[in-house]
Amino acid sequence: MIEFLASRLYYLVSFLLLGVGTYMMVGNANLVKKVIGMNVFQTGIFLFFIVSAFVSGGSPPLLTAPEPYVSPLPHVLILTAIVVGVSLTAVALGLIVRIYEEYGTLNENAIRKVISDE
Amino acid sequence: MSELPPFLVAVPLLGSVLALLAGLARSRTGWAVAAVTAVLQTALAVVLAVRAFSGDPIRYVVGGFTAPFGIELVIDGLSATMAVLVAVVALGVLGYARVAGPRSNAFYATYLLLVAGLSGMSITGDVFNMYVFLEITGLAAYALVASGESGRSARAALKYLLVGTVGASLFLLGIGFAYVATGTLNMADLSGQLAEVGHGSPLVQASFALLAVGLFVKIAVFPIHTWQPAAYAGAPDSVSALISALVSTIAAYALIRIVFTVFTVDFLVANSFARTLLIAAAIVSIVVGSVLAVTQQEIKRMLAYSSVSQFGLVVGAVAVANGTALTGAVIHLVGHAIMKGGLFLTTGLVANVADARTVDDYRGLAERFPVGSVAFGVLALAMVGVPPAVGFVGKWYIALGAVEAGAWPLVVVILVSTLLTLAYFAQVIERIFFRESDAASAASAETTTDETLFTDGNGADTDRPSVSFGMRATVLLAAVLAVALGVAAFEYGQLLQPTIERLLV
Repeated sequence: MIEFLASRLYYLVSFLLLGVGTYMMVGNANLVKKVIGMNVFQTGIFLFFIVSAFVSGGSPPLLTAPEPYVSPLPHVLILTAIVVGVSLTAVALGLIVRIYEEYGTLNENAIRKVISDE
Repeated sequence: MSELPPFLVAVPLLGSVLALLAGLARSRTGWAVAAVTAVLQTALAVVLAVRAFSGDPIRYVVGGFTAPFGIELVIDGLSATMAVLVAVVALGVLGYARVAGPRSNAFYATYLLLVAGLSGMSITGDVFNMYVFLEITGLAAYALVASGESGRSARAALKYLLVGTVGASLFLLGIGFAYVATGTLNMADLSGQLAEVGHGSPLVQASFALLAVGLFVKIAVFPIHTWQPAAYAGAPDSVSALISALVSTIAAYALIRIVFTVFTVDFLVANSFARTLLIAAAIVSIVVGSVLAVTQQEIKRMLAYSSVSQFGLVVGAVAVANGTALTGAVIHLVGHAIMKGGLFLTTGLVANVADARTVDDYRGLAERFPVGSVAFGVLALAMVGVPPAVGFVGKWYIALGAVEAGAWPLVVVILVSTLLTLAYFAQVIERIFFRESDAASAASAETTTDETLFTDGNGADTDRPSVSFGMRATVLLAAVLAVALGVAAFEYGQLLQPTIERLLV
């Protein structure tokens, strides 16, 4: 069992990141930390793609390089996904700034309290 | 002529940039730019739809790469329907938003970005491309929800963003599994290669589960619907109408694409767990969504929960997976978009005219605001499924398909769902038409509060929009369409036959 997992350590870590990210999003009351959790979650998926593209002893897909080649497609996909992730983070932080201006706190429970007091 | 498909995405994108740039020169030019773009988009979508319905699907490979490697755009009857729906609803909501809506140019730039994302999702033939458009749609939708002025809309948007991102990320992970299994991203190519890998392979099964659950988040299937009521209720009225009509609809379309074009019916036959997943999601969504809708006081939240239950029907039709049910699913998607968008616009109109936002506020509305009351009544009854409205035709086909497939639990739930839909709309309709607005004294008190609102009325929202002709016209048009489409729907079902058959191969 341990040997099996050790041979797939990279996959294990990327899925661990998914778990950590989800926990941060659910368990943290601080909105910024929730966004960080979202980033960790996405990073897990990015790493999964990159790991899946690894070829032992592979070289970049150039005609001058020796075979076997590494497929460049997952890297390109993840570049796109990273751009998407950055824009999401930007929008999320923008929203958090507005929420902070409105309620004067970043803590979810405190915001709930402010609302119920109104 | 064959170069048209990419313009379906490019036109709204360019319009979006143009709206931003025009805003630098003169403010409040956004609406004009958006209107011109939406008209152009509608014309384009209709031209492509006519061609898609009259022959084979239109295929276009972006950038001149050959098909399985380059990104392919495929327009068949189903995609064409969705593209036309997106363009028409966007145009209709613009008619409402001119006076009512947020008026900044940034708003219209985001609005067009959403249209671009939705059109892209409808016509793409590449799964990763679909993910990118899914995220564009998502980003634009989060920003639009946040365009309301209160802190409530910002919180709703953040919640929507966090939940929606997890959904889209799971979708991406599903694509990853499919890519690891097959090494391709083209939908048509994937379906063949996935079959070669074997529908029983754990990789393929995991990929299906992740893709389906990711889309469930976007469709707002119970229990991962939590973003939806907050987002619909927190957004400005024009935005809730646009988002409720289109975003979940196109996500449901994506589910149909993924299940039938990518995984095919053979996969559903080979894996009973996949069908169980879909049926369970459908049944829970229909029942719990309706029950939650009954318990809501705020009309917009009630409508949001109603969406949860209506999309349960569509997911159910996907699970049944025969021609009749799928025809029903497509008709119900179109019908629901018109009806729910119309209902949200009506709610906005009523809130502006009679200052009523909760179920109890609607008491005696028929006297105070007959036009809005009739529109709400017609749209609500159409949603319940009273013939000849379009809501009836969609449910009829889905129920018929479920009977053909012998999925009896689903048949029972569909019939019960009609009763439950009646339960939450009846309480509103009864208040509108058959109750006095409390006592006579309370009624006069209400009119006085109305007047004070108009005289010194700038407490929460500074420029309370007056009710324009465009707002009334859009609402009435939606009500008329909800009935008229019902008459046309059977013929449309015939027209859709070749497309559905191609999906079910």
